[in-house]
Amino acid sequence: MNNKPHDGDAILRVEGLNNSFGSQVIHDNLDLKLRRGEILGVVGGSGTGKSVLMRSIIGLQKATHGNIHIFDNHVFGEDAPSSDQRSNIGRVNYIDSEIRRKWGVLFQGGALFSTLTVAENIQVPLREYYPHFSQCLLEEIAAYKVRLSGLPSNAAAKYPSELSGGMKKRAGLARALALDPELLFLDEPTAGLDPIGAAQFDNLIRELQTALGLSVFLITHDLDTLYAICDRIAVLADKHVVAIGTIDELLAYDHPWINEYFLGPRGRAANNAGK
Amino acid sequence: MADFSEKIAPDGGLTLELSGQLTICHIGQFDERLRELDGQVNQIDISDIGPIDTVGAWLIFRTAQINDAQIVGNNSEAERLIDELSENPVDDVAPSFRQNPANHIFAEIGESVMSVFKTMLNFTSFVGQVIVTVFTVFLHPSRLRINAIIQRFDMVGVRALAIVGLMSFLIGIVVAQQGAVQLRQFGAEVFTVNLVGRLTFRELGVLMSAIMIAGRSGSSFAAQIGTMKITEEIDAMRVIGVSPIEALVLPRVFATVIMMPLVGFYACLMSIIGAGLLTWIVLDMPPVTFTDRIREVTPITDLYIAMIKAPVFGAIIALAGCFQGMQVKNNAEEVGFRTTAAVVQAIFLVIVLDAFFAIFFTEIGW
Repeated sequence: MNNKPHDGDAILRVEGLNNSFGSQVIHDNLDLKLRRGEILGVVGGSGTGKSVLMRSIIGLQKATHGNIHIFDNHVFGEDAPSSDQRSNIGRVNYIDSEIRRKWGVLFQGGALFSTLTVAENIQVPLREYYPHFSQCLLEEIAAYKVRLSGLPSNAAAKYPSELSGGMKKRAGLARALALDPELLFLDEPTAGLDPIGAAQFDNLIRELQTALGLSVFLITHDLDTLYAICDRIAVLADKHVVAIGTIDELLAYDHPWINEYFLGPRGRAANNAGK
Repeated sequence: MADFSEKIAPDGGLTLELSGQLTICHIGQFDERLRELDGQVNQIDISDIGPIDTVGAWLIFRTAQINDAQIVGNNSEAERLIDELSENPVDDVAPSFRQNPANHIFAEIGESVMSVFKTMLNFTSFVGQVIVTVFTVFLHPSRLRINAIIQRFDMVGVRALAIVGLMSFLIGIVVAQQGAVQLRQFGAEVFTVNLVGRLTFRELGVLMSAIMIAGRSGSSFAAQIGTMKITEEIDAMRVIGVSPIEALVLPRVFATVIMMPLVGFYACLMSIIGAGLLTWIVLDMPPVTFTDRIREVTPITDLYIAMIKAPVFGAIIALAGCFQGMQVKNNAEEVGFRTTAAVVQAIFLVIVLDAFFAIFFTEIGW
């Protein structure tokens, strides 16, 4: 399949990913590795293709070429078994459901189903994959996930339109956690939250990560989030990952965008706050 | 698979020895079996279990809580998850809200009646708002959005020509054909022209185009405005100081009121052409004779009736569409529901008013 040495502790490997829309190239030969049990922050200026990268990994968008391995399964690439064209007809997503049930995704706006209550939203993936679960157990799991995501228990019966922005994010997180994923994709989880709410959300992600042993792929613009919870940070610029490492490693790295990002006024403030 | 075995301790209590993988995909019937347990469980032994996740932890925690049992055995992963649960226990899962079915029926009826009254009240106030806005716009003509109105002309009128034309042409043929068949029994085929001419101008032309415009444009008004409501565009307008009635509703109402007579007249013509074609082929009546006969038997008042009704129908269609759009709140499903309501309401009101018009114009001798 692949002649690179097997990297046992990588839960997600992206190799040589190319993405382009028409003549506009988004990613060119992008490599990224997410280790098991870490929180990887993905940063980059607007339009550098952070969301496109996430959508390529989770199979919402087909990359032009490259290889993607998740949980040691080759999910995308020239010789990947599941990206075979003929078997894709009529499928929701070209990635196998066995793999999909092991990850959870929190979209930027929460993407809750507006006609379902929070509890019903959480039950959607459960019903899809485990139709034999009793209604009683579904209710219990939903209540548990609601509590896990830091929502008050009366929020379970509410509709998304009755929730505040921060609560919607938490409800979205609860739905992402419904299947007890090993890998969590978060697209700007703290965008649009007040600083207190954002800090609480950061803590929540960190707590859940430790309690549930998650690996987290976290797209963010929030420097505080990077300092507070990320183990490593990948910087997207010039159409690929220019640097990946801890904050200290990045601070020592010489790249104009990274310097401006971490050493600008906001970066310094977050650095001081983080210390 | 997750499994357990029961052991009876000397004091009569049960010890559950759990084994297997307690993860969400290996739970299987485990939950039901735990629920069906009878007897007092004193201890739950977790030392033998394999991988565990939150669902497995919840099942152990719940069983322990119900039986007031102790969790024993060494398993760091399970203990961590269970500790997490016991730190902030889940409040009792609220049972789904149930109602006495008899009460439920009455509640439903009551709610429907209330919502009908509310809708009527809201519609009245909406129409009032529109009328007030019309007056302010007449006082300050510069506030009339000519561009928006002309854009709607295209959407409501020009783009409807093909479908309305085809429909009217076919209806003309059908009416003429059926009329000819019936009238032939009395040897009065020639009166097919009277039937077609009067029916088309008095009723069918405008009524059918109103129904078509309600389906095409009334629904799209409701969906457009409803979606703007959900995405908070309407709130943004209000905050900026733009009246949504002035910017969204008036152009649509004006455009539909102006376009309806034109489209209606065009529909009448297409019907007459269809009927003329049929009488030419079936009754051997040359087009020149047909045209002369039409001019003879159809009084000009029939055209007046059509041209008086058309703008009224247009106003009703546009008002119903915009009103239902403005009523959207909360979620995407509501947009669909309101769009349907807009079309149903518009067609219903058009037909009711058409009945009034029919009686009124007959009474005044037109």
